[in-house]
Amino acid sequence: MQETEVLEGSEAVAFAVKACRPQVISAYPISPQTHIVEALARMIADGEMDSEYVRVESEFSAASVISGASAAGSRSYTASSSQGLLLMTEVLYASAGMRLPFVITGVNRAISVPISIQVDHQDTISLRDSGVIQFYVESSQEAYDTHIAAFKIAEDPGILLPVSVCMDGWILTHSYERVSFLEQEEVDRFLPPFKPKNFLDVNDPKSWGSYAEEDVLMEFKYSIHRAMQYGKERIKEIFSELATITGRDHGGLIEAYRTRDAEVILVAMGSMVGTIKEAIDKLRSQGQRVGLIKIRCYRPFPFEDILDNIKVAKVVAVMDANFSMGSEGALGMDLKAKLCGRRGAPLVLECVAGLGGREVNEKRVLEIVERAREVEESGLPLDEPYWAGLRPEILPEGAENDRQGKIG
Amino acid sequence: MKITLGAVVKGGTSLNYKTGSWRDQRPVLNIELCKACGVCESVCPDGAVHLVNEAYRIGYDYCKGCGLCAYECPADAIQMVAEEK
Repeated sequence: MQETEVLEGSEAVAFAVKACRPQVISAYPISPQTHIVEALARMIADGEMDSEYVRVESEFSAASVISGASAAGSRSYTASSSQGLLLMTEVLYASAGMRLPFVITGVNRAISVPISIQVDHQDTISLRDSGVIQFYVESSQEAYDTHIAAFKIAEDPGILLPVSVCMDGWILTHSYERVSFLEQEEVDRFLPPFKPKNFLDVNDPKSWGSYAEEDVLMEFKYSIHRAMQYGKERIKEIFSELATITGRDHGGLIEAYRTRDAEVILVAMGSMVGTIKEAIDKLRSQGQRVGLIKIRCYRPFPFEDILDNIKVAKVVAVMDANFSMGSEGALGMDLKAKLCGRRGAPLVLECVAGLGGREVNEKRVLEIVERAREVEESGLPLDEPYWAGLRPEILPEGAENDRQGKIG
Repeated sequence: MKITLGAVVKGGTSLNYKTGSWRDQRPVLNIELCKACGVCESVCPDGAVHLVNEAYRIGYDYCKGCGLCAYECPADAIQMVAEEK
């Protein structure tokens, strides 16, 4: 019988991390991530947890400490948000290169300027090329379960990469939900102690990330990509192994929601997915054939699983809570790159939704579906992404002729 | 040679890489002026300067030609000379 409690999302994550018995935790406080490491620090101080907690002066150091700890053979963990994650960037590329399997909670928050503590995915999306595996979660329960899977995935001998569990700041970290917990023995059986083949050892000195002559860098990078590709199958196996223990199946790399006969399919990740499901139920009750693909695993990018579920779709509307200035959102670019040139491929409507905490409510989702229907009718993609809920009236002078969101 | 996961290697393997080939300036030590103070040995980032039979010698297998030894030498006993290739 699993224990169920109503508690803050941050605390649920702290309990998941505790159950995974990390030997080293290092973090630097930043909202909205702070409650997670605060809870962990308290558990260690109260003697409920046997971990080394290293206080540092920056996120760069936090990432460096757990990177070193991981090389020494310790299961290691950190959490951060926004600018803090950006400050870790250099270390994360190096850690992925050194194949160090630690876990980070990336609590999503917008990137300055203007300074904002509200949620969007710009921070973790900025790390997408680092070689860190990325999961996105919809609820506190999924956050709890995914953290337990994350350590096992990171430490898989065929993967050996850092894993980031990304969860929306405030909406998930600071709201109270029902969360069921596993027994410690169940977690211990699922996640045996971390015993890497290579670890820092004074009796057998080795170096990590050593100098190599320049003409082999390409093979090193390819081997990370290969581990990601292998991960696509292995991650699904680990998720379903955990699901048999928890009795909760959140899906594999994606969750396909009412997509089977859908003409319009939305693609999104994070907490906005719950709202989208509600909107889809409403549209379905009116006879509209719409569905949703929730991306659970963003890196590696689960293109094959997406393709299996959009075969009859006419338009796929991607809702990106991030944007690459001068181009488009990341999910839309990934999807279009893989769809391009495929016979019968659906049109992709790229939508920017929820930047800096801009509300994604049912009305906004319905607007996007309506826009997707217009694209379906015109048979042409938009020249520019559709910025859902943009308020042109407050833009500075000179933006009157913007082409954003125009059909054809 | 196969690459290793995470570029993990045994300690001491940098000796296999004779980085002296990177050099375009060669430090030349004038033994007449050398006072054997050891400053050159302590500042060399590559550990390429050694005391051999009470006299300093520069090991050109690993010296990258940075010029620190010549700059720091209090007796001006080391001159940097263009490397001819």
